[in-house]
Amino acid sequence: MTSLTLVRRIAARPSIVFDALTTPEGISVWWGPDAGPVLIAETDVRVGGRFRVRFRLLDGSEHESSGEYLEVDPPRRLAMTWRWLGGEEAAGESLLEFEVRALPEGAELTLTHSRLPDEPARDGHRDGWSGALDKLERHFLKPTGGVPS
Amino acid sequence: MVNYTPSLDRTFAALVDPTRRAILARLEREDEASISALAAPFAIKLPAVMKHLDVLGDAGLVTRVKTGRTVTVRLCPEPMREAMEWLNRYERFWSPRLDRLAAHAEAKETEARAAEEASE
Repeated sequence: MTSLTLVRRIAARPSIVFDALTTPEGISVWWGPDAGPVLIAETDVRVGGRFRVRFRLLDGSEHESSGEYLEVDPPRRLAMTWRWLGGEEAAGESLLEFEVRALPEGAELTLTHSRLPDEPARDGHRDGWSGALDKLERHFLKPTGGVPS
Repeated sequence: MVNYTPSLDRTFAALVDPTRRAILARLEREDEASISALAAPFAIKLPAVMKHLDVLGDAGLVTRVKTGRTVTVRLCPEPMREAMEWLNRYERFWSPRLDRLAAHAEAKETEARAAEEASE
């Protein structure tokens, strides 16, 4: 149950969102860190096919992740394994799932990253695993039901 | 005081239930409360509340101290803090990436619409 779910509403049709998730061109735009280039983006988008993405941080360090597509159902669903290659962050394989739901004004994208290791690397990936956001904190601390009015 | 760090799995399993989150939120406000006081706002019976407290206790999120006939429940925030740090680490990775993905897809949508209009 160590998993993270994030939802975004996007003013674009589901097929365009799906392409952004799966094409090397799309991945090159969003996969890397805020500053620093994506060096390699390779995808073989079919069940059993693999992806590989390598990017460089501003400190010069390079990071690569890869995995295998488990479910490919354009434009609705994409599931893949995810693994960091080498270094401290190589903490085993996790599961990445994307759901794209059509909305009248575009699409709703749901990301679920699960089977995550309890102790991801703290160093060497500063841009990756740190920053600022506390939405889930609020979600977990706020009682959302169970109290009869 | 037992020095024991429960696994994140157990912390998240404990936090996923809204009744348990409501109990934690109340303990955060009031520091401590008796079991009967904690059970009072809920439509469920005392044994069900006790079960919820067992789960929270196993996850290290609360402690129970018996004084005479009263059991007092207190919040232990440390496992919660660890769970939040863990979640934040992953969310900080994904959130800006999804924002960029959304911006990219929206730009592509604008391009696609312009192309469709031009061909009409």
